[in-house]
Parts: sequence; C-alpha cells; structure tokens
Amino acid sequence: MSRIAERFAALKAEDRAAFIPYIVAGDPDAKTAARILAGLPAAGADLIELGLPFSDPMADGPAIQRGAARALAEGMTTAKVLELVAGFRAADRVTPIILMGYFNPILSLGLDAFAKAAGEAGVDGLIMVDVPPEEGGLLAAALEHHDIALIRLATPTTDEARLATVASGTQGFVYFVAVTGVTGAKEANADAIAADVARVRAASALPVAVGFGIRTAARAAEVARIADAAVVGSALVETIAQEIAIKRDPAPKVLDTAAAMAQAVRSARVN
Amino acid sequence: MPLVLALEAAYAAAKADPAFQAELAGYLATYVGRPSPLYFAARLSEHVGAKIYLKREELNHTGAHKINNCMGQILLARRMGKVRIIAETGAGQHGVATATACALFGLPCVVYMGAVDVERQAPNVQRMNLLGAEVRPVTSGSATLKDAMNEALRDWVSNVADTYYLIGSTAGPHPYPLMVRDFQRVIGVEAREQILEIEQRLPDALVACVGGGSNALGLFHPFLADEGVRLFGVEAAGEGMDGRHAAALAGGRPGVLHGALSYLLQDADGQILEAHSISAGLDYPGIGPEHAWLAEIGRARYLTATDEEALEAFQLCARLEGIIPALESAHALARLPEVAAEVGRDGIVILNLSGRGDKDLATVAERLGKRG
Repeated sequence: MSRIAERFAALKAEDRAAFIPYIVAGDPDAKTAARILAGLPAAGADLIELGLPFSDPMADGPAIQRGAARALAEGMTTAKVLELVAGFRAADRVTPIILMGYFNPILSLGLDAFAKAAGEAGVDGLIMVDVPPEEGGLLAAALEHHDIALIRLATPTTDEARLATVASGTQGFVYFVAVTGVTGAKEANADAIAADVARVRAASALPVAVGFGIRTAARAAEVARIADAAVVGSALVETIAQEIAIKRDPAPKVLDTAAAMAQAVRSARVN
Repeated sequence: MPLVLALEAAYAAAKADPAFQAELAGYLATYVGRPSPLYFAARLSEHVGAKIYLKREELNHTGAHKINNCMGQILLARRMGKVRIIAETGAGQHGVATATACALFGLPCVVYMGAVDVERQAPNVQRMNLLGAEVRPVTSGSATLKDAMNEALRDWVSNVADTYYLIGSTAGPHPYPLMVRDFQRVIGVEAREQILEIEQRLPDALVACVGGGSNALGLFHPFLADEGVRLFGVEAAGEGMDGRHAAALAGGRPGVLHGALSYLLQDADGQILEAHSISAGLDYPGIGPEHAWLAEIGRARYLTATDEEALEAFQLCARLEGIIPALESAHALARLPEVAAEVGRDGIVILNLSGRGDKDLATVAERLGKRG
C-alpha cells in the first residue's frame, strides 16, 4: 500500500480528516524551509503539500506568488526541491509528500528523469495545476512507472461528465478546489463545499481533499467535517512573509499556525 | 478546462454559422474600415531592391491589426452571453482594440497591463481610459505582457460565469491560437486577392514581425499551400541575441506556458525568462505554437531584428514613405534588405505593416536622444 493510502486508511480508522499544510519549497530559503518541513509532522500535518516554485504561477494568488519568488530568488531549483524532500524522508518514513506545481520545470527536466528522481527522493504524489487530463498521458505514464500518484483537481465548475474523467485519472485522492479562483483569494463557502464534495464522492471512491480558500482554523474545522482532508496554504505562506518582514525566523510561527489548524481539524468531528 | 472546452464548442458553432460570419464581415467593412489597402511602396522598393508592397493594417480603426481579432471575439462573447470582458495587453494596441469593441457594445472591460508597459505606452493607457475601460497595472514578475496574461487568467478563473477572456495573440490555451489566427486570416485573404489583381501573380515572399505571432499568421495562413511564396517571420532580438531579447524561436526551446506547448525563453530549470524588446508588443517569452510548427517543418523562416535595427527601419519608413510604423512592424521592415536579396529586384514582397507608430514616439524620442 502506498504511503498516501496507508495514511488515509489510518485516519479513517480514527474517524477524522487529514490536515494538509502547504508551503513553497525553498521559501524563504532552502535551510529554513527544511526546518519548517521537518517540524510539520509534529505540528500535526498528516500529509504535506510542497509547492514547486515557478516563475509564472497563474493559479496562485499574491501570497504564494511571492513565496515562489522568494524561493527562486534564493536559487531554488527542481533538483533542490527533491533534495529537500530526500532530507525530510531520511527522518520521516510515513508522512506522504505531495508536490504541487506547474508543468514547465518538470518538462524541462524530462518527465521520466523527474519521476525517477522524485520517486527516489521519497515523493508520493504530484499535482500539476496546468496539465489537464487530456494532455496528461505522458506524465501519468512516467509517474506510474515510479509509483508516484498523479492527483487531479476538480473545481466547482467541473460538471458530472468531467468529474468522471477526473475521477478515472486520479490516484491517491481527489483534490477539490473549493473556490472558483486562485489560491488564497476568496473564503470558501462550507455549504457549497458540502454539495460539491458529495458530487465528487459520487464519482470517485478515493478520499477527497479540499483546498484553496481555507484561511482560518474555524474554516479548516468545517471542511474537516465534510471532506477527508483540509489543505491550508496561503495562510502559512503569508505567515512566512510577515515574520521575515520583521526579521524573525519564520519557522516557530508557521509551525504554531499549522498546529492550531491541525488541532481544529483533529477536534472537528468530536461531538 | 470546462471553460476552454465551452469556448471551443461555441467558436466551432459560430465559425460554421453564416449569420455570425456575415455580422463580422459587416463590422469589419463599416467599423474597422476593411479591406485595408495593399500599397506599392515605390521609394522603399528602390531602397531595398525588390518590389515591396505594404499591407496597411495600420490604417484600421484603432491603428493596428488587433481590432480584426477583437471584433470576432467580441461577437463570440455576445453569442455566449458573457457580460464582462477582460484582456491582457503589451503595447496597448490589443487593449485599445478590446476597449473599443467593448465600448461599441456597451460591455464593461478590464485590461491587464504590465506596470512597465503602462509607463512606456502612456498614450494607449489614456485611450483605454477614454473608451471606458479599466486598466489594471500588473506589478508581479517582470511586469510586462506575460505577467499581464497571468493576471488575466487569474481573473478569468475567478469570474468564470460571466466573463469572457479576449486574448490578443496566437498564444494561450486551445482554441485561442487557432481562433485568433482565423480572425486575422482576413489580412492574408485580402492581400492574396489584391496582389493577384495588381500583379496577376502571387508574391515571392511575405514578411511580418512575430511576438505571439497573430499578424504574421494572419498574413501567412492563406498562402501556406502556395509553395512558391516564402514566409519570413521576424522576432525581436532586443539588445542582441547575446543579451536580453524576445526571440523565442531563435533563442528558446520547447516548453509549456499559458496552456500552450511552443518555443519559450526559459532558464536551465524551466523557469520562464523575461523577454526584452524596445517594442512592448513583441515582449512575450513565447511564440504561437503554429509558428513553432511552421519553423520545424521548414515552411516559414524566422529571422531576428535588434532594437537598434528596428529604430533605424522605423525612421527609414517614415522618411521614405511618409508612414510612421509601429516599432513592432519596424522589426519586419528591418529585415527587408535580406528578403529583397533573396527574391531579387523583380521579386514581389508583401510586408504586413501591422500597426502605426504614434504610440511609440516617446520611446523613440528617448532612445534617439540618448544616442545623441
């Protein structure tokens, strides 16, 4: 069983949703990001989403755009992202790592070379924001060869016919984008999410993670009652920006923020 | 994806609908001012040593070829029931054309424009404002055309239900490159008829500047099957191919940006590089995928012209022909001597004069002033 499947099976036994924090790999620099990453499981991360920095992140709002720009300015590359993962994996064999990013840096490296290196580094899944199922055949084949799950996105505009396409191509879990928009921009609406998650469940037996627009612990808890996982990204990346703006090591505050979110998710289904 | 799939279906239906085509033809004739003349440039011909015809797209309403595509897409947006239009713009010509089409139909219009371009294309910003459009300066990334496109895409995914994204070049996700080409084909269709009438034969070469590539593809496409017609695209070499430039074919490699696989300026890690050109309209790090295909199969050849060469050609055209070309079009003009040398003195060349240069006067004055 894959690390992702094992983790969701264990959470199901506990009857609780997963908390999935997102940070940009290398934000604000490789060393600090490594410390944040290493601290996330203890802060309550059940899975971790790691952003591959890209120069033109068109699905991301200002917070993650700036996070990616900080990482790139410090010399982050795809190879260094994988080093970061390998470093994490040496100390943690159980927490799944999902990379999330855009296609060109991976295409540039070569799909098979990337999949091989990512598999060796201990990457468990990949979310490619700008590769729709229609164009994803070669990528899916390369990843499958190296046992990396290709996780597909569904959105509120994904109709039933398309949900079937998304569901048939996805592995690990389905990532439901809770808002029509970019990361961090809008607040997700819990009622609308509940209806959409039900639609996704009708199309796929896999766990459903909900992300984009979860900015507070309260909203994370609401999502945790509805879905199998709540993803929090921009709120953590903004915390990094705020801390470095006042010349503080961002790791403690980011991990505190993550811990509060994790606690909210863990206690969501009690009572 | 549902969004672009719906657009693809709507466009296919419109394309096949004679009523849509008739409506578009009507606006092109009475509002845009088509057909644009094919003008024999006698003094320029003498200067470069071949028979040079200029396809006068700069005489279109709003001063460039961009309006051809905007008229087509705005009619499509109306058919689709969209009530809000967004666009990206580099030089501002596409923004002005979009704002114009929106004013014509009373639709609210938001134009994303890199903050750097807002600065260097101030007259076009004023035009857009006057036409009732809201210009939103984009400060992320290099604050030029690709960043404006990122921001427009972000707007689009955030406002899918009511908003139509009117892309200005043969870039972006399918069906845009194909659709924009189709709406610009009128340039080549007219030029082909006009040259056959004037010269009773096809031209030996076509020349056009290439950023994303819409004016070039619009001219080239109706001639693709005419094997004797050589096609020349001219990319912006900026400070030179060893320095900062915007020549994706000459200096890039295949990659994916904005939903299209084509040649891209990128670093070793696949991060997109900032393009540089004196002309904001060529300042895009990619090139339309159909141009990449034409280059790979050898049907079209792609040359480059530097900022300096474009500046020279800009002045030359003004003095020899009394036509102030856009700096974009000046890149094509700059390579005329090489093209003329290939086709010879009796050779016929059609150059797409894609836009007029009023918008560039401040840029040119500053550069010429600096050179002293």
